[in-house]
Amino acid sequence: MTNRVSEHPSIPRFPRSGAAALGFAPLLPLNLAAGRLATSLARRHPALFERLGEQAGKNFVIDPTDMPFVFRLAPQPQAPRLRAERRGSAGAWDARIAGPLAALIGLVHGAYDGDALFFSRDLVIEGDTAAVLALRNAIDNEELDLVEEGLALFGPFAALAALPASRLATLVGGLAGVALTRRSGGSFA
Amino acid sequence: MTLELVCPAGTPAALRAAIDAGAHAVYCGFNDETNARNFPGLNFSRAEMADAIGYAHRHDAKVLVAINTFPRAGDFALWTRAVDDAAGMQADAVILADLGLLDHAARAHPSLRLHVSVQAAAANADAIGFYARSFGVRRVVLPRVLTVQEIAAINRDIAIETEVFIFGGLCVMAEGRCSLSSYACGNSPNMNGACSPASQVEYREEDGDLVSRLGGFAIHRVKAGAPAPYPTLCKGSFEAGAYRGHVFEDPVSLDAASLIPQLAAAGVTALKIEGRQRSRAYTQAVVRNFRRALDAHAAGRPIAAGELRALTEGQQTTAGAYSKTWR
Ligand code: SF4
Repeated sequence: MTNRVSEHPSIPRFPRSGAAALGFAPLLPLNLAAGRLATSLARRHPALFERLGEQAGKNFVIDPTDMPFVFRLAPQPQAPRLRAERRGSAGAWDARIAGPLAALIGLVHGAYDGDALFFSRDLVIEGDTAAVLALRNAIDNEELDLVEEGLALFGPFAALAALPASRLATLVGGLAGVALTRRSGGSFA
Repeated sequence: MTLELVCPAGTPAALRAAIDAGAHAVYCGFNDETNARNFPGLNFSRAEMADAIGYAHRHDAKVLVAINTFPRAGDFALWTRAVDDAAGMQADAVILADLGLLDHAARAHPSLRLHVSVQAAAANADAIGFYARSFGVRRVVLPRVLTVQEIAAINRDIAIETEVFIFGGLCVMAEGRCSLSSYACGNSPNMNGACSPASQVEYREEDGDLVSRLGGFAIHRVKAGAPAPYPTLCKGSFEAGAYRGHVFEDPVSLDAASLIPQLAAAGVTALKIEGRQRSRAYTQAVVRNFRRALDAHAAGRPIAAGELRALTEGQQTTAGAYSKTWR
């Protein structure tokens, strides 16, 4: 079958001007935050890492194609690592997941279905397919909210930061066309 | 009588999403080879299954535990343990394909509801009658090779419930009997629980084309911008004589929403959505849509169909064998 599909109409792309500006920004602050986020995720969501099983030993490159950098993720439960790198400078990896930032964040928040994004070619996966599936399924089950995870980094001051953070998320998300938070989540309550 | 909507869940989060979106029943499996979606990062630990059944029961929904692969010689205990554990957790039914396992379940758990899995490919009244008489089976999931007329004829001749697929990926062979993936990978979907296991799948972008390999064999080459299929051999592109293309089946998905009235008239009890390997976003969207369709049907209102195409493999849908318009 050769009928062409258009890009998923509802997936916004990060504004080019913003991406170009970020291309000159130093990666150090982003890396500090990413590193702390990975440690905090391992503490707050041990089930995510359990679900990864043996795939936790793999190296992932998460590539937001509309941004000037990629993320490298090594999700070992004891010492998880997440850091930003300039595209092209990323070394060896086991698996690469690439797509617009909004699609990647939408996957984390359960707004998009990974298979549907793959069918429509909005998501590209390369390398170790088993590792990609395990990561996708483990994240999908965890019902993460990135703003909540960011707030958790503030420790006891999280409550103070909650309102400004959610306002900032709505503002930045609106400008970038990316939903930075998800509405609801749950457990077997 | 309202049709029962049976929905997939690959994770506890997807199970909650399905129930919250209106599923009457959810089917799911343990995280091992005992179920036919044995994918990395998918399925339920024993503790998660027990919690999930509790959640479902508190929300008036049922959990049907799929233990629907065929036990390996010498390893039967892995499968009987799964049945025993599901029974102990008060699962509403187990979905089984293997005769030996059905026999074990019927003897060890006489009050446990037994469903015959689609994997058993029970496609005629005699075969179904045998399962009912021998093991007290209460429902059969019919293989996706029957027309609506054939389903009606079967229902006239059997005394147990039938469940049919209404939406999702299509396994085009008689289920439980396909060896394509075994041939390419060495692992059997019917015994190890995964057709085209991810560990044997490789995607690569080559000159803008997406090339998929299974067990080292290139099975698709898809042009930039064209929809990508699952890496299954049945949807692969091959050369056969002068023909080049999909030899077995196009990458299309089942959507039989428009046939809900006919399936109800044919005596079907339950409609099943495929997709335990999919995310909770898929589960939520598809379940909500079909629950709306069933409620509309029950109230005598027309059914809106075709809204879910963006979620489907090949982004094209078919009514499959139900109306025998496919090739
Ligand atoms: S190759 Fe196709 S027909 Fe065979 S088991 Fe896999 S999905 Fe089903």
